[in-house]
Amino acid sequence: MSKTRNVYLIPYVFWIILFVAAPILLIVYYSFFNIEGDFSFENYQKFFTPVYMKMTISSFWYAFLITAFSLLIAYPAAYILTKTKHKQLWLLLIILPSWINLLLKAYAFIGIFGTYGAANAFLEAVGIGTKQILFTDFSFIFVSVYIFIPFMILPIYNALEEMNPSLISASRDLGASAWTTFKKVIFPLTLDGVKSGCQAVFIPALSLFMLTRLIAGNRVITLGTAIEQHFLVTMDWGMGSTIAVFLIIIMVVIMVITGSRKRGL
Amino acid sequence: MRKNGKLANVYLAAVFIILYAPIFYLMYYSFNSGGTMHDFKGFTWEWYKEVFHDTRLFIIVLNTLIIALLSAAISTILGVIGAIAIANVKKNQTKNTLLSFNNVLIVSPDVIIGASFLILFTMIGLKLGFMSVLLSHIAFSVPIVVIMVLPKLQEMSSSLIDAAKDLGASRWDVLSKVILPYITPGIFAGFFMALTYSLDDFAVTFFVTGNGFSTLSVEIYSMARQGISLTINALSTLIFLFTMILVVGYYFINQRNMKAGRMGVRK
Repeated sequence: MSKTRNVYLIPYVFWIILFVAAPILLIVYYSFFNIEGDFSFENYQKFFTPVYMKMTISSFWYAFLITAFSLLIAYPAAYILTKTKHKQLWLLLIILPSWINLLLKAYAFIGIFGTYGAANAFLEAVGIGTKQILFTDFSFIFVSVYIFIPFMILPIYNALEEMNPSLISASRDLGASAWTTFKKVIFPLTLDGVKSGCQAVFIPALSLFMLTRLIAGNRVITLGTAIEQHFLVTMDWGMGSTIAVFLIIIMVVIMVITGSRKRGL
Repeated sequence: MRKNGKLANVYLAAVFIILYAPIFYLMYYSFNSGGTMHDFKGFTWEWYKEVFHDTRLFIIVLNTLIIALLSAAISTILGVIGAIAIANVKKNQTKNTLLSFNNVLIVSPDVIIGASFLILFTMIGLKLGFMSVLLSHIAFSVPIVVIMVLPKLQEMSSSLIDAAKDLGASRWDVLSKVILPYITPGIFAGFFMALTYSLDDFAVTFFVTGNGFSTLSVEIYSMARQGISLTINALSTLIFLFTMILVVGYYFINQRNMKAGRMGVRK
């Protein structure tokens, strides 16, 4: 049995080499060429100048805010969800919006947050008056959180479901308050779900570029926006690759920190 | 278990409303004769008519569907081969290495996949357009199929294969009569996943699509950048309905498979 050769490996490894290994190597290779096409470390020097550093830090800050808000909203939602009747159905309904093209949802918010949109109509009715909502940091973070919430709820929900409910009863029987039970029992036990949720939100949040263009009106520049800009607008593939190299490094670091769990498919 | 308090239900309801509000907002205004996403003037089918009369848009929809179906079909074949390959590897270390390589494209941000494929295709000398989009969709769908199929293969007992071989089945017989029927639910799940990923993809396609070839999401992006046009609303409503049908279909196939799974191996 073990002597039969594994012929299935041939096409599969071919795919890995062509579409996984080669692209990464090419990105690294291109990062050593400046805009004139000469071999140099110029791009790396440029990356450590204040312009790019500031961009990286702000990109991190936005991704952090988006992850934090998603977690804050998703955790209670996932928790309540596990307690509902027909929870499978409700979960499906939570996930359903994530199957709808991201651009359509972003486009809807252009209407809602627009000068005469629903959000401003509401503010007007409450007596606050119209505000510029579209093309602000607020709108960018709001829409991003909106898009990522299902990806945060799903892993947390799964973690909560896997938890043994008798542990909660035990904790309550031993006199722990609801808050202590949550802090000492529920949260630590669902930490894996929280981690994979954060991973599923933080990395894409660093690299979103269409939202910055559509909703933030180019005011927010993330690493993803910068890569897109360098590749498709200024055609400076070298610098774009350098940023991509750093994004890959950051991604690997985050995955090591949050454990190697896969994104909840 | 404890029942939810009132506050909890209100919270959950709020999350649901926020999740669905933009989608219904979009649909509602697709019938606005006023032509804007505010001030509903009157009911009209005008924007839907425009969608159906726009030949360019029709070609783009067709492109999107062809790319999705072709890439899903090819990546399902490749993914199944990949999953069998991984399942057949005996050494744990090799298996883990293969799995890590497999997951790279799942966890990578779309921009990086898009940018690196753009470099790759340019290096090879492939003209950007239909082929480059198709190849990249196949490339990022393969690992998804592998992940959907692999668990099915792992739960299959190897004695089934040994028995077939003892009874004189050839390698092809083992594959077509034993392995494939057993993992069919995983294959279907993988195919549907690949299909939705392909239909949904924007960022990767945006990088590798040249001039003259466009898919729906790329088209929506360029339309949305120019501002509000209710044709997009009408189009999104149609896409939304289509997605719903796909999801419901997927859900029922899954349900049926689960039932069949409980009853044992399918015929």
